[in-house]
Amino acid sequence: MSRSKHRPDVDVAPWKGGYSPYDILKEGTIALLVVAILTLVLAIVFGSPDEPAITVKSWSNAAPLDFTQDAFSQLNQTSETATYGAPYNHASVGQQLGPLSLAKWVGVTIPVNTVKDFVIDPLRALPPQPGLTAALRAWSSSSSSTRATWLKAYGAASGRLHVRGGTIEPVVAGAGPVPVLMQSLLTMARSGALDQALGNENGFYDTDYTLPLLFLEDGNYLGTQATAQHLGGDQWGMMNETGNYPGQAWLWLYTFWYQIPPFNSSGNGDVLVWALMMLLSVVLLLVPFIPGLRSIPRRTRVYRLIWREHYRAVERP
Amino acid sequence: MSYSDLERQWTARVRRRLVRLLPPERLLPDTQPTYVSSWIYVFGVTTMAALTVVIVSGCLLALRGPQWWHGSSVGLFVNSLHLWSVEIFFFSMVVHLWGKFFMAAWRGGRALTWMTGVVTFLTSIAAAFTGYLCQSNFDSQWISTQAKDGIDATGAGAYWNVLNMGQMLMWHIVLLPIAAVLLTALHVLLVRVKGVVPPFEEKSETSEVTA
Repeated sequence: MSRSKHRPDVDVAPWKGGYSPYDILKEGTIALLVVAILTLVLAIVFGSPDEPAITVKSWSNAAPLDFTQDAFSQLNQTSETATYGAPYNHASVGQQLGPLSLAKWVGVTIPVNTVKDFVIDPLRALPPQPGLTAALRAWSSSSSSTRATWLKAYGAASGRLHVRGGTIEPVVAGAGPVPVLMQSLLTMARSGALDQALGNENGFYDTDYTLPLLFLEDGNYLGTQATAQHLGGDQWGMMNETGNYPGQAWLWLYTFWYQIPPFNSSGNGDVLVWALMMLLSVVLLLVPFIPGLRSIPRRTRVYRLIWREHYRAVERP
Repeated sequence: MSYSDLERQWTARVRRRLVRLLPPERLLPDTQPTYVSSWIYVFGVTTMAALTVVIVSGCLLALRGPQWWHGSSVGLFVNSLHLWSVEIFFFSMVVHLWGKFFMAAWRGGRALTWMTGVVTFLTSIAAAFTGYLCQSNFDSQWISTQAKDGIDATGAGAYWNVLNMGQMLMWHIVLLPIAAVLLTALHVLLVRVKGVVPPFEEKSETSEVTA
């Protein structure tokens, strides 16, 4: 204890007033009972959502053309994942915080080769089929310039493609083995075999869904379903959950920044939002030491409402 | 062994220090200052009560494994208990936090109490977030694929992969709950050590103060 100038936002005088009985264990027990009963009532009345996960099988059957376009973007390496940068590949610098390329500096730790991981390796896992085996052989033995020619031809025709009864039409001429690869991958996906191939990359036991989630996200189907559930990025996105449930309401501030410029229009929006939230978190942590900010409680006088009985007692004439 | 040898024991020294720091009557008080009389004080203990229900319902979910609740009405109900206890937990915690802010509850050498509270709040957000990631349903798919861009952009995604359900499940049921419970315990002990912050003095500008 020291004798010094009183700093009202930092110091307190020792309490010289009275004390009243307080049974801390009884209070805790009552609180636990009340919360348990409230939880029980809310669970009975409202339940909880459990919208089944989208599978590659369900996606490729519901939106086969979207799946095919996604698969082709993996093969010609124009998909979001293929062009992402760290931690998946070196295709781009990634987002930057001013001069700081944080993701690039940390590096590629989860390498994803979209051609190999999403198309060629899953197709190689299929039982031998004459057409597919020949297509895979043609792809692997061709030069990069030949592949580029095939991909260019297929890409030029992609606007005309449609899927009828699980068959991609028309068969694009001049695209080498690409039409066979795309058709085989679509057939594989619609059977459910691609779910297995992508989900079991690490062997029999696997709990890492990085590959199927990246593949799924690169298509339009997941986003369309999410928007229909009011989960889009411009609909306060990931703080919500399916159905009429409160979701992660505590993420409102984080999600808020994504609704306004420059965050919702900048190519570096994610890192800007994260940097801002980290800064705000540090400010919240250090409120007791920040002059001005720590004076807000005293200046707003909300405490008069909180301790109204105390002030009523001490100010009573 | 002499009495003085016993007194020099590490155990004896730690016990003496702990008792001096937090005597039993302060750890489990039977009285409190009269100013501790407001509904706002309810939300601290409500937060802890909700945390208890969160942990118990989470343990019930763990009994049958992470896929159980998808195919069982009992499992879905336990999941509902888990969800709503988390909602109550955060509601109580946020009200508690704002209440403590407007009390300037860091005064009188209580800055560490405030800081452990804030860190507990941030840790709890991470714990709840990983819960959404490991639900293995549509919400998990959407939330993880949306969240990855932000986390990847900071560089953290290189080692904390939100698309890796196994990793997120471990963080959700082991690492983050341990951190949240330990931080909560530390926070509560600091409250007991320092006591509940008194009201602002309105009459005198200068007095004997505790810094």
